[in-house]
Amino acid sequence: MIRIIAALAAVAVGATAVHAQNTQAIAQRQATMKQYGRAIVVLGKIAKGDIAFDLSTIQATLKTIEETSQKAKTVFPENSKTGETNTLPAAFKSKSDLFARFDALARDAAAANSTIVDEASFKAEWVKIGAHCVGCHKDYKKPD
Amino acid sequence: MRFRSWALLIAIGAAFALIALGVLTAPSALPSNAFGPRTVDLANGETMFNIGGCSSCHATRDEATRDQATRDQDRLRLGGGTALRSPFGTFKVPNISPDPQTGIGAWSELQFANAMLKGVGHNNQHLYPSFPYTSYQRMSLDDVRDLYAFLRSLPRVETPSEPHQLPFPFNIRWGIGSWKLLFLDGKPFQPDPSKDAAHNRGAYLIEGPGHCAECHSARNVLGAIKPSSRFAGGPDLEGKGWVPNITPHADGLAAWSAQDMEFFLQTGLTPDGYAVGDSMADVISNTAKLSADDRRAMATYLKALPPLAGKKPKK
Repeated sequence: MIRIIAALAAVAVGATAVHAQNTQAIAQRQATMKQYGRAIVVLGKIAKGDIAFDLSTIQATLKTIEETSQKAKTVFPENSKTGETNTLPAAFKSKSDLFARFDALARDAAAANSTIVDEASFKAEWVKIGAHCVGCHKDYKKPD
Repeated sequence: MRFRSWALLIAIGAAFALIALGVLTAPSALPSNAFGPRTVDLANGETMFNIGGCSSCHATRDEATRDQATRDQDRLRLGGGTALRSPFGTFKVPNISPDPQTGIGAWSELQFANAMLKGVGHNNQHLYPSFPYTSYQRMSLDDVRDLYAFLRSLPRVETPSEPHQLPFPFNIRWGIGSWKLLFLDGKPFQPDPSKDAAHNRGAYLIEGPGHCAECHSARNVLGAIKPSSRFAGGPDLEGKGWVPNITPHADGLAAWSAQDMEFFLQTGLTPDGYAVGDSMADVISNTAKLSADDRRAMATYLKALPPLAGKKPKK
């Protein structure tokens, strides 16, 4: 009898542990996306002229995007497919393509950091960064 | 005795009424003399292809191909096949590639224009308004002819179109004739002389080829757009959620500047740094290819829309 209770308790603890991992990864994923969002708002506002062009701000923001892209690859563990997540199952099926997207964004952000030297080069380069967002969401994000 | 006579009279009357309705609502076609010789503008055809959003429905989606570069080419391969679920059943999007057997390669310019402007297919049958000719009817014949030429320049895709899966009575095409009597006004675009060129260009792009209202509005029980909710958002017909209000109302885009809208049409990024996905991402892949002037025109028109209430109902 006591062995059955012990076994059931172990399973229960194990199940909660797995569940806690799921929600933690999902929360980290959402925080990562929000980090991207904050960065892209800054670049967008400069592009629209809502805030003044400032090269050091742009460089710092692009660096953040590069670093966030490295971190993003760690927040899609296999056990975070289900639950309160906006990630489509397709993202987990095509993990290599998903990670390739983050790598491409990191590369483009790093490249932009050396190419952008003034307003004209910013206006030309920045849209390439922004295009990554919708490109990935189109394939891997659930409809609202 | 008398009752049976009355019943017979009513039955004959009803039969005549149905026949008359059938005749009245039979598919009408454009006159063939409307298609005089002209020089095709392929660049304009491509603009119409982009703003018309043809690829969003008609491109064959290969789920296995996730590579970005391949997907850019995918949008030119209009083999159809996508299933569009609706309250009336499931529509299977047809092949409109220039393949003569499985696509529209054998269609004449007249037949193509009839489809776009009158919702009539090449066998003189009514087309379902899941193909948004209720908006496309506003296009100029010149733009339609340029689009026809551009579509013929795209790759041939040899995928047979599948039949729609519609329950009775929606599977009776004949019935669309009555629907058209009620909801298809057949009027071309009318520019507003009191507004500037940018506004009118934006109005044309949005009301015509852009067909934005087709998603961004609520519909009545017969599936037609309710004028009181035009652009004010509505349930996604596929049952996937809510399509936002894009009028300058507090429920919609009141907080957006015209520049925010232009920017959004280029990047799919909202002023809050939110990136769209799903169907709107397809739209952005098209509007990103328009000229900056055309996006500016669309933003001008959007800012001038009457603000209408409409927001996602709380769960």
